[in-house]
Formats: sequence, C-alpha cells, structure tokens
Amino acid sequence: MNRTTFILAGLLAIATTVATAQERPTAFTNARIITISGATIERGTLVIHNGKIVSVGNAATASIPSGAVMIDATGKTIMPGLVDTHSHVGGAAGADGTSPIQPDIRILDSINARSASLQRAQAGGITTVNVMPGSGHLDSGQTLYLKLRDGAVKIDDLLIYDSSGKYLGGIKFANGTNAIRAGGGAFPGTRAKSAALVREQFIKAQEYRDKIAKAAGDATKLPPRDLAMEALVEVLERRRVVHFHTHRHDDIMTALRLAKEFNFRIVLQHVSEAWKVADEIAKANAPSSIILIDSPGGKLESVDIDFRNGLALERAGALVGFHTDDGITDSRWFLRSAGLAVRAGMSREKALYGMTMAGAIMLDLDKRVGSLDAGKDADLIILSGDPLSVYTHILETWVEGKKVFDRSNPKDHLIAVGGKGAGDDDGGHHDIHCFDGDGGNE
Amino acid sequence: MENGKLEVKSKGRSVVKIFLALFAIHCTLLTATAQIAVRGETVWTMAGAPITNGVVLVNNGKIEAVGSATQVQIPAGYRTITAKVVTPGLIDAHTVIGLNGYLNQPHDQMALDGGASIQPELRATDAYNAEERLILWVREFGVTTIHTGHQPSALVPGQTMIAKTWGKNVDEATIVPTAMVAVVLGSAATAPAGRSPGTRAKQMAMLRAELIKAQENAAKKEPAKDLKSEIMSRVIKGEVRLLVTAHRDQDIISALRLAKEFNLKIVLDGASDAPLVINEIKASGFPVIIHPTMARPGGDQANLSLETAAKLKAAGIPVALQSGYEGYVPKTRVVLFEAAIAAANGLSRSDALALITIDAAKILGIDKRVGSLEVGKDADIAMYDGDPFEYTTRATGTIINGRVVSEVVR
Repeated sequence: MNRTTFILAGLLAIATTVATAQERPTAFTNARIITISGATIERGTLVIHNGKIVSVGNAATASIPSGAVMIDATGKTIMPGLVDTHSHVGGAAGADGTSPIQPDIRILDSINARSASLQRAQAGGITTVNVMPGSGHLDSGQTLYLKLRDGAVKIDDLLIYDSSGKYLGGIKFANGTNAIRAGGGAFPGTRAKSAALVREQFIKAQEYRDKIAKAAGDATKLPPRDLAMEALVEVLERRRVVHFHTHRHDDIMTALRLAKEFNFRIVLQHVSEAWKVADEIAKANAPSSIILIDSPGGKLESVDIDFRNGLALERAGALVGFHTDDGITDSRWFLRSAGLAVRAGMSREKALYGMTMAGAIMLDLDKRVGSLDAGKDADLIILSGDPLSVYTHILETWVEGKKVFDRSNPKDHLIAVGGKGAGDDDGGHHDIHCFDGDGGNE
Repeated sequence: MENGKLEVKSKGRSVVKIFLALFAIHCTLLTATAQIAVRGETVWTMAGAPITNGVVLVNNGKIEAVGSATQVQIPAGYRTITAKVVTPGLIDAHTVIGLNGYLNQPHDQMALDGGASIQPELRATDAYNAEERLILWVREFGVTTIHTGHQPSALVPGQTMIAKTWGKNVDEATIVPTAMVAVVLGSAATAPAGRSPGTRAKQMAMLRAELIKAQENAAKKEPAKDLKSEIMSRVIKGEVRLLVTAHRDQDIISALRLAKEFNLKIVLDGASDAPLVINEIKASGFPVIIHPTMARPGGDQANLSLETAAKLKAAGIPVALQSGYEGYVPKTRVVLFEAAIAAANGLSRSDALALITIDAAKILGIDKRVGSLEVGKDADIAMYDGDPFEYTTRATGTIINGRVVSEVVR
C-alpha cells in the first residue's frame, strides 16, 4: 500500500466510524443505573445517540428506538463518567522558575495528548478532567478542561468548547509552602508576602481592566496587550474560575479572603484541613475538591489531612468534589477516593455526587456532564458491581457515545492493570493505524 | 456546628487518650498483660479455613485458644471484644517508617545517609523512632509487625530490622535487630554525578569487590573486626540475608547471579518485572517481597502490575507484600490497602491476606511467633467491621502482645 492509498484508507475509516456513530442509537438494557440526578434505577435502560443521552428509564417502560444497537448490561451498573477536578495527566509543565505569578502560561501549550497517563485515566472511568499546572507558584498558569476522547492526535482533539467557540479552562493558584522559597528572589519567603504579591497583581489587573473600559473601543487609548493581565481580567470578571491549591486551615481562609476581596470565583483544591474550617467554607459558598491520601504528612501542610474531610464538608452543607492529583494518586483507582470518604462517614449519595456532578459544577460543565439525563453528553462508565467496592472493575468507559476503554480488550486490560508495555505512550493505536506498514515494509 | 464537633471530638479524644494511657500504665503495673477474649463473626486464623463465630483467647501476651464459640468457652474475668471480622495482626514485609517520619523534613528522614554508597554497618535500630506517627497510623489499620530499615536509594544503604508497631522505645518494639542488609540495584542506586556507582555494571563490580573482601576476611585466622567487616562476614556466612531491591528484569537476573556466585541467601524486593523472569525466580528458590500493588508506574518500575502477586503465587514462589518507600505524599502506604487491590486482581481473599500475614511471616523468618492465630503465638490481632479489604470497611481495634493498642475506628 503506498502512502496516498494509505491515507485515503485512513480517512475512509474515520468517515465510516463517524457515519456508524450517527446512524444507529445504542441502548444499554437491564442495567442498574445510578443517574446521580435522580433515584437509582434497579433495572433500567439507557439510550444514547449521536454522542448524547436520549433517554434514561425503567426497563419495563423504556422505549428503544428501532435499529438500536442493543447492549445487555444485566448484572452491571452504569453511572456517569467521572469528573476529576485536578489532575496532572499528560505530563505537562506550566510556569517556569522566573517569577511566582504567571497567568499568561497556558497548560494547553504543554500537554502530550498521547501520554499513557490519559489512557490510564480512561481506564479509571474519568471522562472529564481539569488538567492543571503545578503548585510551586502562587499562580502557575491556565488550566484546561478536557474530555478523554479516544485516539487523540493532538491536544485540540480533547478540548471542550463553549457556545462562543472558546475552549474551557480555569487558572491555578496556590498558597502555603509550595511557592515559598528561601532566598528565592522574586518568590515569596512568607505566607503574608504570598498574599501581598497576589493582591498586587489583581490590583494591577483591575487598573488594566478599567483602562480598557475607559478606552471604550478606541484603539488609540487601549493599553498595550498584556497576556498576564488579560487572564487576570477574565478572573476578575468571573469568566475564569480560580482553582486554588490550599491545605492548611489558615491558608484556606486566606484563599477565601482573596476571593472575597477581588470577587473571583474559587474552587478550593486539596483543602487538607477542611474539617477545621468546614463551616467557613460553606458560608463562603466555596466548592471544595478534596483528595484522600493513604497517610498523613509527606509535607508540612498535609500533616492534619483527614479522611473525614468529605464528611465535615457534607455536614456543613458545602459542595464537595474529588480529585486524583495524578500522579499523587493514580487515575485508575479514582473511585477509591469516594470509598475512603464513605469509610470515614460521608454519605454514599454525596460521595458519588462528588465524583461526578459536583465536579461538573466546579468546571461549569453541569449542563453537559455529571449525571445521566436526556440531552447530556453520553459520558458513562459500566461497572461490574457497586462503585464503592474494591472488587468492582470498570468494564467500559464511554465518552460522547464512543467506547474509549474496554477491559475485555487485551490492550485496555494491560492499561488497567499494568505490565510490560502499559506505560508506552499511545501512538494513536485505538482506531487508525496510520503508520502500520508505512515505509514499504509490507 | 458539625465541623466544630469534629474538632471538639478530636480534642476530647486526646483527653480520653491521655486518661486511657494513664489507665493503661496503671493496669500494666498491676498485671503485665490482660486476659482477653476476641469474638468474631469470621475469624481468619491463616492456619486453616476461616472460623465462623470464632473465639480467640488471649492470656499473658500469647494466644491461649482459638476455635468456634461452641468449642472455646470464655473463662470468667476475660474482657470480651467483639468484631465482625478478626485476622492475625498484619505484617508489612518492607517499609522505612520509624526511620523516616511523616513530616518529611530533614530531621525526621533517617533512612538514608548520603555519605557513601556502601554502608552495611548502619543499623536500623539506631535510627528507629518507636513513637513515630506513621507507626501509630498503620497500627490503627491493623498492622502489628513491620520489617523496616534503610531506604532503597543507595547501593547498600544499611540494615533492616523487624519490630512490633507497639513499644515505648526501640528495644521494647524490636523483634529482630538485624534482619537483613539492604542492597539496591538499578536507577535508584545510581550515585550523584562524579561518584560511583554511575552505571549498573559498576554497581555489580562494587558489590562483587565487597563480597570478595568479605570472603577473604572470613578465611583469615584473625578476621578484621571493623563494623563493616563484621556485618559483611555475617552476610557471606549466610547468617544475614541480603534484601535486594531490583525492579527491572536485568537487575533481578543480576541479583540471582550475585547470589549464585557468592552462595548468598537473598530476598528479592520490589521486582516489578518479576513476571518477565518468573521461571528464573522460581528456579532460584528465593522469595519475593513485591512492590506495593498501587505503586506508581515509571522508570525502572514502568512495567509493574496489579496482577504480579497473583502470578507469583500461582507459580509457587513465596511472596509477601510491602508498603515500600515513599519520598513524598503519601509518606507511607498501608499494606491493608495494597493487599485489597491484589485481592481484586487475581488473588483470593485468603491468598491476599496471606501476603500480609503468614506468608510475610515465613519470608521474614518470624512465623513461629506471628502471622497466624495459633495457640502459643504472640497475641497480635486485627479487627474490622466487615471484609477488611473493602474500601468502606473500618478497622475497629488492634491487639499487640495481648495488649489492646488501638480502639480507634478507622
């Protein structure tokens, strides 16, 4: 096969795949369906078509479109795809070492869309993920909300766009010890200095915003473009959510104080000592994304981390989501976080909500993902049993109506459990084998 | 409000703890050990099938009787503790806690001295903090015995020891002061630039030179008695085993070659690539303390698998599970959690539990004392409110040497 023929064959393969997806709906029948938004259906039918959920209902009363691909899910559980609100899959690096606040940095420009870590996240049932730059800066740059679609060639293939065509993401801030560097030049030496540096930048951004408003569209009066200021103005205008890495109770309060002063939207990330200030978090109406770590410590800020954070926040009435912080915890056992939270007293209902809908709300994607409702994206996982049991396996992960992980496929099984070759980055092997036989080797 | 309640609870608990501690000391003074009856809906003895409605009698720090409630009468005066599931106290076959602490600051990280690549004379007992919070942490999940020591970050970082997770000080906690000498192969043992070893070949050359020196010394009429020579002569005589951390298949093979050349007794540690050289490991007869099931893939550990424990077990290779060494967060893993994942990936519950009880005890050579619930063994017992491996099950109590050392619900 020569190169041209090969490319043509590849294009044909894509066209066929797309056509098939559009032509026939898929109906999952006889499944236990955890919808998240409503009561769990013990024997239900879920119909998806063209990447969207068409209907969810009781098996006895559900109507299945004629010509639908039928998938019998007897004995299996279906729930929404998981939303990981804080991850480092894709091997990206954000801000560099020159300054502590770098709002102009985009993680978009750094992710390897073929990284094996993205496939591990699919194996873990994660369908939507907020990929963040690190926490060694007060602000390490702009984050990215991704759908873990299959066969990505480039990062653009994983982006989520809003109705105006803009791809979605937040911005990463951090306080506490990570950004503090002894004798660190531009970097802060204390917590108070950290807060002062952040406030200084937001005041600059307010001035920048005001100059733009004052110019009233007159190009001669506009300030010179400043990428960092542009990003912070989006934050000030509540168009970009701040994902704020914060552990200790006093740092949590500082983050809330900054959010109040500059009226920005905040999601508290990690929140290791949430149990100490849960009421204050709830009162500030700040969502919390928590992480469950196998032991306390490892760094000074997390010595008082507690499995009961989910319980304390739930009791206080705060919105609680979860994250992997992959590689701190592995995306493949993200559901374990909910299990451990329930172990420490959180309700099953809120824990599962936290794995899905709460995360969707935190990423402004709750209209599209987070629950199994008609009209939402067909992002779902099929489980062998109870989502909070260690013995349960994620059998399949579907994103926008397409199966992206199938445990019964040996390649996907390898990614799920590990072994020789599991860590190899994806060369696009899932659907299109563009390089097979290329170079005259056939 | 409720979070305040949590806080108050925790403050209240420390007061209770202090009171309990004082009370415990008081009791200790009165009677050295308590008489306890542990009742379990399921009792995993790890010496035969699990017992339904079982009773374990504890007297004088030892197990006095084990059987079903119909067979074993609870004598008058015994304190009865009830749990849904009862298992032997768990054994972590390789960790660094006690030497490394939870703060992860230079002053509590004592599992590696960067001064030299080969330091077999460094004793773990001289660095062990019996009151380290991570020891308390794992104890509350049912871990009662740990094989701990110098971390796998230098060619020969030092010795290991075996301790109970309870004891006022290192002497009280220790079971085996010098258990093994740690040896590390592969990337983790590579020294900083400009120092040896810089390559895998250099690692083996340095180890062989050290062992040849030990052989020659042992053959002398008056062997050298410096600290390094002393411990190395115990190694070369087979009195002390080498714990060889080797992840890549080539490193595992190097370890086996070294053992053969010097007729050493070794325990393979980590062994991410074990499935690739399973026949060679089986033929060697050496046991494997496998990496934590949930360890991060990457570097020398790129090929690690959740199914390795099951594969080794199926091949008849003695295998135990470890919490390993963690440089950051979490500062330690918990073998209970790691065994749970092994149980969900190819092992039966019983075989997975064996990885952290009786099989670990056998590999460590302490199965006469611990690892199963049998008459005469140490009364080390873990209790749970359900299947110990389930994420949502809580540990409800831990007994070590016949003492109730934890009643925290975790």
